[in-house]
Amino acid sequence: MLNKEVKRGSTEMLILALVEDRQRHGYEIAKLIEQRSDGVLQFHVASLYPLLYRMEKRGLIKGMWIEKPGQRRRRFYKLMPEGKRALNEHRQTWSDFFAALDRVAKIKPA
Amino acid sequence: MNPDWKQIAREHLAVLRLPAKREIEIVEELALHLEAAYEDALADGWSESEARTHTVQSYDWRLLECELSRAEQSPSMRALHPLSERKGGVQMELLIQDVRFGARVLLKHPGFTLIAVLTLALGIGANTAIFSVVNTVLLRPLPYKDAGQLVSVWEVQNKVAQSMFAPAEFLDHQSQNHSFTDMAAYRSMYLTLTGQGEPEQLDGMIVSANLFSLLGVSAERGRIFEPEDGRAGASRVAIISHNFWQERFGGDPNAIGKTLTLSDEPVMIIGVMPPGFQDPSLSNERQIWINPRNVVPDWSPNLIVDVRSIRDTAFLRVIARLKPNVNVAQAQTDLDAIAARLQQQYPRPSGHGARVVSLHEQTVGSVRPTLLILLGAVSLVLLIACANVTSLMLTRATERYREMAIRTALGASRWRIVRQLLVESLLLSGLGCVGGFLFAFWSMRLILASGRNEIPRLSEMGLDYRVFIFTLVISVLTGLVFGLAPALAAAKPDLNSALKEGSANTTSARNRLRQTLVVAEVALASVVLIGAGLLVSSFARLLAVKPGFNQEHLLTMRISLANQRYLKSVERKRFVSELNARLEAVPGVESVGIGDDLPIAGTDSSTNLKIQDRPLTSPNDLVSVGLHVISPHYFDALGTRLLKGRVFTEHDAADAPSVFIINETLARRCWPNEDPLGKRIRYNSNDPWGEIVGVVEDVKFDGLHLESTPHLFEPYQQNAWSFLVVTIRSPLEKGTLLAAVRRDVAALDPNLPISNVRMMEEVIAQSLATRRFVLLLFGLFAGLALLVATIGIYGVLSASVSQRTRELGVRIALGATKSNVRRLIVGQGLKLVLSGLVIGLVSALALKRVIGKLLFGVSPTDPTTFFVIAFLMIAVALLACWIPARRATKVDPLSALRSE
Repeated sequence: MLNKEVKRGSTEMLILALVEDRQRHGYEIAKLIEQRSDGVLQFHVASLYPLLYRMEKRGLIKGMWIEKPGQRRRRFYKLMPEGKRALNEHRQTWSDFFAALDRVAKIKPA
Repeated sequence: MNPDWKQIAREHLAVLRLPAKREIEIVEELALHLEAAYEDALADGWSESEARTHTVQSYDWRLLECELSRAEQSPSMRALHPLSERKGGVQMELLIQDVRFGARVLLKHPGFTLIAVLTLALGIGANTAIFSVVNTVLLRPLPYKDAGQLVSVWEVQNKVAQSMFAPAEFLDHQSQNHSFTDMAAYRSMYLTLTGQGEPEQLDGMIVSANLFSLLGVSAERGRIFEPEDGRAGASRVAIISHNFWQERFGGDPNAIGKTLTLSDEPVMIIGVMPPGFQDPSLSNERQIWINPRNVVPDWSPNLIVDVRSIRDTAFLRVIARLKPNVNVAQAQTDLDAIAARLQQQYPRPSGHGARVVSLHEQTVGSVRPTLLILLGAVSLVLLIACANVTSLMLTRATERYREMAIRTALGASRWRIVRQLLVESLLLSGLGCVGGFLFAFWSMRLILASGRNEIPRLSEMGLDYRVFIFTLVISVLTGLVFGLAPALAAAKPDLNSALKEGSANTTSARNRLRQTLVVAEVALASVVLIGAGLLVSSFARLLAVKPGFNQEHLLTMRISLANQRYLKSVERKRFVSELNARLEAVPGVESVGIGDDLPIAGTDSSTNLKIQDRPLTSPNDLVSVGLHVISPHYFDALGTRLLKGRVFTEHDAADAPSVFIINETLARRCWPNEDPLGKRIRYNSNDPWGEIVGVVEDVKFDGLHLESTPHLFEPYQQNAWSFLVVTIRSPLEKGTLLAAVRRDVAALDPNLPISNVRMMEEVIAQSLATRRFVLLLFGLFAGLALLVATIGIYGVLSASVSQRTRELGVRIALGATKSNVRRLIVGQGLKLVLSGLVIGLVSALALKRVIGKLLFGVSPTDPTTFFVIAFLMIAVALLACWIPARRATKVDPLSALRSE
C-alpha cells in the first residue's frame, strides 16, 4: 500500500521535474525515468498516460499536439505554474522527510 | 510491415467506452508510444515478430484500463460504471487492500484491539439481547392468524374498573354487536384428573367452541372444536397441549378418542395442539381446553340454574375478531350503544359498559414502558462504549499522526486516508458485532431463564431477521460514529508541523475532543446509574412494606372441591372442618388457616358492600370489597394482628347468626369516626344482615406494591366455597410437613389433588420477580456503564500525563512537590467528572417521567439517590485519576527534558 502511494507521489514529482526545463512527450518521459534511475524507480509504463491525463486535469501540466519538421506529430507536455508550485512543495516535503529520516536513521539524501 | 498499433490500442480501450473524440486522441498517443518501443526493440536486434510480441505483452493493459477509467471518468460516472464489477473491481480491489491493511494494523496492536472489541461487543450484545426481547414481546404479531384484528373485550363498571363478563351480558354483546365477525369467551380453571394413579390437578380452560377458529389456529393431531361442540347439551370433549400429550400419553397417536375423568366427568380427547401453542392468556403451562356443556364456558357441577341466565356473577374473559374495515374506536362506539340499551333493560347503579382493547395491547401493554426504558438504558450503555472507543481511536490517531502525514506527502488523497481509517473502525465494529452476537446469545438464555414467567411472550424469544438487521445496523452505525471523528481529524494533517517534532496544536484540539467525550460518558453513565439507584431504593421500599402477615415458616397450597362429591355445601363444610382438625393435630404444626385466597397472589372475588340504614344515593356510594371466606384460626396462621373485637370461632357455624370481620381500610372508609363493631352489613340483598365482630390489620392480598383496599371476611361454615387455600404455620421442614398433609388429605378423600405448594416466602418472591428481573438488568447496565466510563476517564488522564511529560518535568524541576503534581492531574480529572455529573444529574431530572413509571414509594427526583450516585461517581472517578496522577509524580525532570 505504502509502496503504491510512494510510487504515485514520487512519479508525479519525477514527471514534474522532467518537464520543468523543457516540454517532453510521453515515451521520452518514460525512457528518462528508467534511464536516470538506473532502473531502480521502475514504474508501470501503463500507468504513465493515465497519470499524465490526471495531472493535466489538475492543471499541473499541459499536453499539446506538436508537429516538428521531419517527424510525426506528437503530444508534448509542458509545466504549468500550478505544476511549478506543486513541484516546489514536493521538493520541500521530501527534503523534510529525508531530513527527518536522517535525524532518526542517519540516512543522508544523495 | 509495421503492426497497426492504433488498432491494437483501440481494441484494448474499447471496454472503457470513452467519448469518441477523446478515444481517438488517446489511441493515437498510445500507438505512438508502442511504435517507439517497437522500434527501440528492433534497434536492439530483436526480430520483427519478437519485437511485436514483446511490445504488446510487456504492456500491462489491465492496469492501463483500470487507471484510465479512473483518470477519465467523473466520480459519479465511476460509481455507475459497471467496469469495476466486470473487471474484478478496481474499487473492490482497493477495498480489499484497505481491509487487509486494517486487519494488519489491528493485529499489530492486540491490546488496543482487544479492549475496543470487548467494549463494543458488550455494548452491541446487550443491545441485541434487549432488542430481541422488545422484538419478541412488542413488535412481533401475536401467534394467530391476522392477529391485528383480534381484540379483548372487558366489562366496565362505574366507567373505570375493568372486569370479566357475566354470561348473560356476554351473550347479549355477542348477538347485538355489529363490529365483530366472531366473539368468544373463556375461563381458566383447575380440573382434577382422577382414575389414572395419583389424582392430579390440571391447568385447564373452558372455552367457547368458536375460540380456536376465531384465533385461526389448527390442531397438530385430531381436530379443533366445531360448532356442534358449542350447542346446548353438547358432550364434553377436550383438546390437549403438545406437552401434556407427550407427558401423559408418551406422544401416542391413539390418545385421540380416549376418555379422561375430569372432576368426576368423562371427557373425550379430540385433538392435540402443536408445540408452543398458547391460548390468549399466553400461559406456558396450560394443559387442556374443554368445550362448554351449555354454550357459555363454565364448569359448575353445583350450579342448578341455567348458566346462560347469570347476569350478576362475572367470570368470563372475552375475545373478538374485528370485521375488516372496523377499527377499535368504531367497535367501542358500537358497544357503548349496546350498554345504553342494557342499562334501560336491566338498570343497575354501577351502569353497564364494555371496553375494547386490541389483544396485542392487552397482552403486552403493561410491560411496554418497562421494556422501552430498558432499551433506552442499554442504548446509553452503547453510546458510552462508542465514546470510549472514539477516545481510544483518537489516542491512536495521535500516535499515527506521522504515518498519515507521510502517506499524504507521498500522494495519498484525503479521502483515501479517511476511508482507510473508517475501514479500520468498521472492522472493529464488525468484530464487536460478532462478539456482540455471542454475548447476546448467552445473555438471551439468561434473560429467558430468569424472565420467562415474568414477561408475557418471552418464551417465544429467538433470533429472527429483525434482530439480525438491528444488530448489523447498530454495528455499522457504531463503527461510523466512533470512526468518523478520528478519521476526519487524522486526514488533514498539517504536513510540515506533523513531520517536524512535537505537534502541540493538533494534539490539544484532539485532547479537547477526548475531554468532551469523557464528560459525555460520565453524564450518560450517571443517568443510567441514577435509574438503577432509583430502582434499587424502590425495591428496598417494596421489601420493607408490611404485608399484614408473617411470611416465615408458612406453607401454602391449593385444594379444589369442585367435583360431584362436594356438590352440597354441607359436604364441603364437613371436609374443611375435618381437614382443619387433622392438620392441627399434626405434631409440630402451630396453627392452620383455611381460606379461599392466598395473600399477595390476588383476590378472586369481590362484591359491593351494603350497610344497614345507609341507603345508596349515587354510584359513588358503592364500596367494592374483596370477599374472603376463612376458617377460625386463619389470622392466627397468617400472623395477622386483630385490632378490635374478636376472630371467628367454631361457634360461628352455619346455623349461628351471620358475622363478619373487616380490615382497617374498610373500617376507615365506612366508619371514619365511629366504632365499626356491632354495625350490620351484607353484600347479597337476599341475605339477612350480619354483624361486624372484628377488625384486623390490612393484609396485602393483591401485591406489596398496591395500596390496601377494603376487604371483608366471613366464616367458612357460613359460606362454603369450592376453592381452598390452606396455610400452615410450622417450623417443620417443607417436605416432612407436606408428606403429613398429603396423608391427611388422602385419608379424607384419596381423589383430591394438592397443588401450588409453596412457602409464603416463595409466593412473595414470585410476586416481585418482574421487578427483580428489571432491576437485575438495569443494575447490570449501570455496572457496565460505570466500568466503561471509568476506563474512559483513566484512558484520557493517562494519555494526558504521557503528553505532558515535559511540562511536568519542568514543573518538578522548578520545585513543584509531588502533591502539587498529583493535585494538578486529579484536579484535571475531577473537573471533567464534575461537569459530566452535573449534566447527567440534570438530564436524570428531565427524565423523571420516564423512570417514574417503574418506581414504588420513591420519587424519581429522590435526593438521597442522586446524592449517593454523585458520591459513587466521584469516588470511582478519583480512583481512575489516582494511577495516572501517581505516575505523574514519578516523572524524572532530567530525562523528561532530555527526551524532547
